[in-house]
Amino acid sequence: MAGRLIDLPAPRGPLTEALFEALAGPPGSGLMVPDPASPDPLGDEDLQLALYVAYELHYTAIRNVDERWEWSPALLAFREALERPFEAAVAELAPPAEAAELDSVGDALQRIVAEDPGPSLSRYMEVQASREQMLEQVVHRSAYQLKEADPHSWAIPRLTAGPKAALLEVQFDEYGGGNAERMHSTLFAETMAGLGLDPTYGHYVDRLPAPTLAAVNLVTYFGLHRRRRGALVGHLAAFEMTSSIPNRRYGNALRRLGFGPEVTHFYDEHVEADAVHESIAAWDLAGGLAAAEPEVAADILFGARALLQVEARWARHLMDAWEAGETSLLSPLVPVPA
Amino acid sequence: MPADQSPPAATITPYPDGPYLVRGDFVVQDQDGNELRTERRTIALCRCGKSRMRPLCDGTHKLIGFKAPSAQEPWPAD
Repeated sequence: MAGRLIDLPAPRGPLTEALFEALAGPPGSGLMVPDPASPDPLGDEDLQLALYVAYELHYTAIRNVDERWEWSPALLAFREALERPFEAAVAELAPPAEAAELDSVGDALQRIVAEDPGPSLSRYMEVQASREQMLEQVVHRSAYQLKEADPHSWAIPRLTAGPKAALLEVQFDEYGGGNAERMHSTLFAETMAGLGLDPTYGHYVDRLPAPTLAAVNLVTYFGLHRRRRGALVGHLAAFEMTSSIPNRRYGNALRRLGFGPEVTHFYDEHVEADAVHESIAAWDLAGGLAAAEPEVAADILFGARALLQVEARWARHLMDAWEAGETSLLSPLVPVPA
Repeated sequence: MPADQSPPAATITPYPDGPYLVRGDFVVQDQDGNELRTERRTIALCRCGKSRMRPLCDGTHKLIGFKAPSAQEPWPAD
């Protein structure tokens, strides 16, 4: 299988126009530091897509874009100008940890995920979502699931001893335990193919709205900054701790809609896998990191809260669109011929 | 603990308010000796009793508010 290669999506405003125009030229030239004044950075289509593509340089080749752009100082300065309002908007949603919570990060994580602020999208999917809504949900998730586990792997060189071993225990399983066919991103691609969707990495970027891109940008942002290793670990812990039960429901939704095991395998696998991962991530990884590096303990809890808030906003976007009888994507999926 | 301090072939760890994690060289089998196929190196066994895929954990402990420490519980006082 070939490596990742995506096309530049269509621009959505002045930030993406400037970025994509520069990326078509020689690395480092033609890109000014922007001043992205946005009243709502998390919902800003232009800002989120610009940040997403700036980050994608670290994950994938982009057609007709010189790979040296990845570490071009001009690109990094451009990116930082977008990260600042993004970071501030996330901090506004996720309150900082309280001192008492830091006594046991594992206990605090359990309380945080028990108070998940989002609507139960998985419950809605399980009992009443239409086939079209299910396909849309999968297309949204493809932005992350086709590179599942990759951003959290950036924590590996930044952790030591017990927390590093705990992270690797989770990641080894995410990557299929040494078997490429069992890799979770591969299982997700099979689900997409089974639903008649295109599993090519990046295929649907033009359809993904800001709340979806923001959820992926959040983990990439944590992943690329060593100083946010606590938040990256908290993000992974909360992700794993809120996974088993929703994935069972998504699997049930697909079964209700008449799909077979080749489509539900990804979800069924996650029920079992994440029941293992959540304990390791909460206690050995997050708890272990808080014990080893108490100075990042508060950021662990911040990362967990940030994930839940950004995911809640994404889930509300889907539910609101569907309630209004509209597509939750920027443009509807072309119906698959029967 | 064996006197020679050699590492055990498998370990079973109860996680706080969660499942038993089993690591190492083990098989899970029913009373008739039929092996339950496990595909991952570390598995989680249900400890709350409410999983819908017992003996494996499916995360249900979080829904029912299952509470148990990792260490052994003391005898309750009368």
